[in-house]
Amino acid sequence: MADQKFAPMSRRSLFQMIGMAAGSAVMYQALTDLGFAGESGYTGPVKLQGDPKGASVLVLGAGLAGLTAAMELSRAGYKVQVLEYQHKAGGRNISIRGGDTVNELGGFTQHCQFDPGFYVNPGPMRIPHHHVALLDYCKRLNVVLEPFSIINYNAMIHNTKAFGGKPKRYREVESDFRGYVSELLAKCTAQGKLDQAVTKDDAEILLRALRSWGALDKDYQYKKGTLVSNHRGYDVDPGGGLSWKPTDSEPMAMSELLQSGLWSGLLTGHEYEYQMTMFQPVGGMDRISAGFVRALPQDMIKYNCKVTEVKQDASGVTVSYVDSQKGGPVQTATANWCVNTIPATILSQVPMQIGAPLRNAINSLSYSAGFKAGLQMKRRWWEDDERIYGGISYTDQPIALISYPSTQYMTEKKGVILGAYTFGPHAFELTAMSPQERMQRCVEYGANIHPQYKTEFETGVSVGWHRMPFTLGCFAQWTEENRAKNYDALCAIDGRMVLAGEHASHLGAWQEGAIVSALDAIKRLHQRAMSA
Amino acid sequence: MKKFVVVAGSLLVAGLLSPAAFAQGSGAGGFRMGFTEQGGEALFKGICQGCHMPNAQGAVGAGMYPALAKNPKLEVAGYPIAVVVNGQKAMPGFGNMLTDQQVADVINYVRTHFGNNYKDKVNPADVKSARP
Repeated sequence: MADQKFAPMSRRSLFQMIGMAAGSAVMYQALTDLGFAGESGYTGPVKLQGDPKGASVLVLGAGLAGLTAAMELSRAGYKVQVLEYQHKAGGRNISIRGGDTVNELGGFTQHCQFDPGFYVNPGPMRIPHHHVALLDYCKRLNVVLEPFSIINYNAMIHNTKAFGGKPKRYREVESDFRGYVSELLAKCTAQGKLDQAVTKDDAEILLRALRSWGALDKDYQYKKGTLVSNHRGYDVDPGGGLSWKPTDSEPMAMSELLQSGLWSGLLTGHEYEYQMTMFQPVGGMDRISAGFVRALPQDMIKYNCKVTEVKQDASGVTVSYVDSQKGGPVQTATANWCVNTIPATILSQVPMQIGAPLRNAINSLSYSAGFKAGLQMKRRWWEDDERIYGGISYTDQPIALISYPSTQYMTEKKGVILGAYTFGPHAFELTAMSPQERMQRCVEYGANIHPQYKTEFETGVSVGWHRMPFTLGCFAQWTEENRAKNYDALCAIDGRMVLAGEHASHLGAWQEGAIVSALDAIKRLHQRAMSA
Repeated sequence: MKKFVVVAGSLLVAGLLSPAAFAQGSGAGGFRMGFTEQGGEALFKGICQGCHMPNAQGAVGAGMYPALAKNPKLEVAGYPIAVVVNGQKAMPGFGNMLTDQQVADVINYVRTHFGNNYKDKVNPADVKSARP
């Protein structure tokens, strides 16, 4: 029989005890220390306690996962060397500016012609306010952030097969959809059809709420009038004096709205990962990787290293690599430990001395297609003509969306818009085109929403992620089944090596995933090193 | 990661993506799950050449995309069928995005072009039997 005194205490009763004894502030601290209350498991700067006594670590890949691992391990006293395939750090944390060259697999080359000061973020472009690890690193690395506009009520939702192919304003779709749903629900409530679900008292409250939330009239109907125009906008806005009288707008017919599918363009900004406030670094997403590089000792990153083999034994790891630009003889680097952040698409082709579980996990991952294009316009017609200041328009066309710049309103003549951001079949198709053809398509599709494209488009640049030599794809595609089967093995330390990156996280495709994955990996590796 | 509302729905139904895997947000409801190209050449140009390149020579970066041109692994048709339908390592499976006919057409095209000259034809039924 187990001695009662030594029965394991449940976490809940531990927390209750701490709460009673010390008050809620301490309890919150206890919760965060144990990683329960912090978003994405991040509870502040990592503390790797204990002296690694000169132990060395090879970090493979200088994306955000590799940079995080390199910075924290070197601060903890490890001798760190980073091997990076590209001539620069950042991985998918990139921005493309005028003067930059984009080299694709297959020999396709684009020379970005944007004017000075403009850029496009072809990888990650927005940071949720709850991605606390990334935000904390931005703060620590002096990366200045600004708001990224995610919802704009004056942006468009467009379906080529609805309303004669004419886009509607987000505001109109949102107001009408909310209004009709409220009207229908009010009807059910008033007719007593919800009696099973709500009490009589609650039904009265619900009716009041629906009337105000849906902009319904006294008869609980969503109908043209000032009340509704106050939500969906006017045909003629209110003005002053005698010459300008407001005119109410006409809601879309309910059936036509439902058939249009435009309501599906309402969702993004309401989902947890996209709820305001979102951020972007001032000047381009790659300011983050630049911040990491500034914080690292010079020469810690060795560029142009294409990893060709990873060997390990009881004492350490040996990585073979060649110059990724010039080829030439195989070189080797050795260390006691290895943090490997190379994408699975590439690792599945690299001979490594690892166990079958990790090998199977790596081999189980293919990467999503992803496509983005940045288009420079001669003038900011979306602002000057259409009063769209930031935010996103959605379309059923292959470009999927148009994202307008979140800054520089009324200060710059020109601007760069994100003219495509798509996944799935459309992304495969756009990736498979030549850069010239992609840009033609982006202009053609964009002009169906904004005719100004035809005269104002100046120059553009695009990235199909399967053509990027350093990733061979956009992000790891986990299915629930595969995650259950292979995720733990992908993250587990194998001998003296541990993997990190967005693929080794539950925040796939997000920079936060890369960072918290790296932090988790180095904590475990450090523990192993300390006990070795 | 990533989807239109409908995109998300479709991908989830198809088991392609986990809900947490979305960095792209929702869209305007026009997302289609499958490819609409018909015929081997159109399918090759619409999909395959993105990685395997227009001349089917493949490409080499940090990793590589194998050449489909003059590729002896295409001799036994069951191999490309299985890879296209179910994927293999970095190569995504396209079974959820292509019909049996489309898979047969694109494999027949590649097996008779780019220096490949395999006479036996793949039928939609062959593809069907390769599906999980």
